[in-house]
Amino acid sequence: MQISGAQMVIEALTLEGVDTVFGYPGGAIMNVYDEIYKQDKFQHILNRHEQAAVHAAEGYAKASGKVGVAMITSGPGFTNAVTGLADAYMDSIPLVVISGQVPMSLIGTDAFQEIDAVGISRSCTKHNYLVTDAKDLPRILKEAFYIASSGRPGPVHVDIPKDVTAQIAEFDYSQPVKLETYKPHTKGNPRQIKKAIEAMADSKRPLFYLGGGIINANAAYEVRELVHKTGIPAVETFMARGVLAHDDEHLIGMLGMHGSYAANMAMSETDLVIALGARFDDRVTGKLSEFAKNAAVIHVDIDPASISKLVNADFPIVGDVKNVVNEMLEISSKIDVSKFESWRETINNFDDLHPLTYHEDSEKLKPQWVIERVGELLGDDANISTDVGQHQMWTAQFYPFSRPRQFISSGGLGTMGFGFPAALGVKAAAPQQTSVNFTGDGSILMNCQELMTAVEKKLPVINIILNNNYLGMVRQWQTLFYDKRHSETDLSVQPDFVKLSEAFGGIGYRVSTKEEFDAALKDAVEKDVVAFIEVIVHRLENVMPMVPSGGSLFNMMLLEKKEK
Amino acid sequence: MTENSERRVISVIVVNEASVLSRITDLFSGRGYNITSLTVAPIPDSKYSRLTIATSGSVRVIEQITKQLHKLIPVLRVYEHADLVEKEMAMVKFPITENLSDINTLCEAYNGKIVNVGENVIIAMVADEPKRVENFLKVIKRYNPKEIVRSGAVALER
Ligand SMILES: Cc1cc2nc3c(=O)[nH]c(=O)nc-3n(C[C@H](O)[C@H](O)[C@H](O)COP(=O)(O)OP(=O)(O)OC[C@H]3O[C@@H](n4cnc5c(N)ncnc54)[C@H](O)[C@@H]3O)c2cc1C
Ligand SMILES: Cc1ncc(C[n+]2csc(CCOP(=O)(O)OP(=O)(O)O)c2C)c(N)n1
Ligand SMILES: [Mg+2]
Repeated sequence: MQISGAQMVIEALTLEGVDTVFGYPGGAIMNVYDEIYKQDKFQHILNRHEQAAVHAAEGYAKASGKVGVAMITSGPGFTNAVTGLADAYMDSIPLVVISGQVPMSLIGTDAFQEIDAVGISRSCTKHNYLVTDAKDLPRILKEAFYIASSGRPGPVHVDIPKDVTAQIAEFDYSQPVKLETYKPHTKGNPRQIKKAIEAMADSKRPLFYLGGGIINANAAYEVRELVHKTGIPAVETFMARGVLAHDDEHLIGMLGMHGSYAANMAMSETDLVIALGARFDDRVTGKLSEFAKNAAVIHVDIDPASISKLVNADFPIVGDVKNVVNEMLEISSKIDVSKFESWRETINNFDDLHPLTYHEDSEKLKPQWVIERVGELLGDDANISTDVGQHQMWTAQFYPFSRPRQFISSGGLGTMGFGFPAALGVKAAAPQQTSVNFTGDGSILMNCQELMTAVEKKLPVINIILNNNYLGMVRQWQTLFYDKRHSETDLSVQPDFVKLSEAFGGIGYRVSTKEEFDAALKDAVEKDVVAFIEVIVHRLENVMPMVPSGGSLFNMMLLEKKEK
Repeated sequence: MTENSERRVISVIVVNEASVLSRITDLFSGRGYNITSLTVAPIPDSKYSRLTIATSGSVRVIEQITKQLHKLIPVLRVYEHADLVEKEMAMVKFPITENLSDINTLCEAYNGKIVNVGENVIIAMVADEPKRVENFLKVIKRYNPKEIVRSGAVALER
């Protein structure tokens, strides 16, 4: 079939089963947008900023497990999208981002809206392409989807000059992807797996360290089975929230900088770390030389470069965690479940000593209460996204997650402005579920223009703004480590968030009591239109417990005890 | 670099395509690895090129470098050489007024010779192990070299 490059893009997206594209048009990508106008195979959602389009595609990918797609123009369109690419790269989210480029004949001439896009995206994508001939386009798009979604997932950027989108060439999408240099290793070495199971059987205080790779691999239910069959307690990273249900008796909690005391102590006392799809991030390990100091390490990861990068693995297993866990399940009966009773008791004692909690000791609402309350009212039904800051950590700590893909947040890059557009993508992927974004008074302003997208496309995301009139997370560090010099973090000057939402056609609530909050949430869920619920919360609440930066997991700053 | 930094030579076989070299050098600069020397040339009768990179780092860093290189999509193979034959070429320009027979003798000791003679300068070349080339360059200092160019190392596993 002889068609134009622009038509090829439409055909390829259709053949890849894409039903939603997020984007923003402009000169260099106009040929493709012209074809979008003519087709009815997928919906296009016009975000109001390219960064938001990419975050929306991330939210869509995270919630659906499919590849997210965003489309943008050259120059400023592309540079606006870079934060989204970097975010997806850090959190291993499968995306295909297609950008327009100036015509081939103008490349290198400092043409209008020309920027070396592949030069910029090289270090924040899994792979990228500059298409120089329409005849390569089918192969490149097919490779892009394959690379984005296989192995360790990630964003792939395809930059297409305007003349290439006009060029006519043969379109044949039936050729299988042939990449001699890219063959992800998905099956774990059976001998290593057997040795790992033996190590588990021999250990006295083993601990599962569950990471986001389990969610990528759609392996949460297999992991639940393995945890239950072996009786080994588990901690989760921030990215793994929802792998185990919040009420699973084997789940100790989240570990790391803002992890629970029990989770961090368990990691400090374990004699065998069983890392599944986790990458030993510095927010998790604290001081490396003290991390799980007396433990042997089993590390299952699809990316060989993750293994022994920071912590040496005694049992390295390269493979897809789903395959590996399935193999482990087959031989896991070697492990005596009752053996870890006293270890579990030790951990429970840690938890009794310093449980994860907060004090309701102020006139103002506590942000943690709000999060718990949403959990009580919406629980399982809601998909939860967040922005970045204190509210994000409280959400990870206090929301009762019960399933994988329920929690969507920017972990690796920590991108303020992620939450709202991501929630739009989540809502587009899972319209039957309520989509809630916990955000801060700082973060929400970084992509609040998305109110327009939400209204236009009827994506009724509920944004709960935990308003502390501060860039709270930074303020917390200033309070604790900079002698209370709150440099440029006071957000006393603010917009009227209710009017802001209303100005775009959304609804807004300002609440400061529990009753008001319940009523607002109930109303927002019923109204089915995008909402801002601004909750006035205690200004100086800190996220606790906390491992100070560079400290050891067992040296936590703890919540002050209060007499009941 | 960090603890026990060691010199290492890594060969990388890559698909011969646009921007593949920048993918490699970006990886080194982006992750803070250093490149002592780098050579590239196409492998005859194939769609691949071979890069030889001399670098240095601790065992952990070198392991990360090879893994990260391998992660790049157009990279076919990465060899971290343990037992290798390594050669490098150097060319040096001398004033014609220097003692040419001394220079020639020296070159011969390092697998080289005088390759060009002009009105005012001569050009000599040597090809030897990088360490020996280093040595050669030290020795010839007294003959007032005007310009020195080194090719960077190439290597093959024994
Ligand atoms: C303000 C702030 C505070 C934070 N505090 C904490 C904290 O206290 N605790 C915490 O845990 N995090 C915290 N984070 C998040 C942290 O920065 C990291 O994003 C997070 O710890 C990484 O989680 P992960 O190890 O599960 O890795 P991910 O980033 O989810 O990486 C997944 C790993 O799994 C591998 N993988 C992918 N697919 C597969 C597959 N199919 N099979 C096998 N392996 C696969 C990948 O190669 C990778 O190594 C914080 C972030 C912010 C912004
Ligand atoms: C784009 C971006 N800029 C700056 C930061 C640094 N930063 C991390 S948290 C934070 C404060 C966020 O404030 P807010 O959204 O009000 O959330 P809170 O911590 O108050 O809950 C800042 C500025 C960041 N993570 N992202
Ligand atoms: Mg705030």
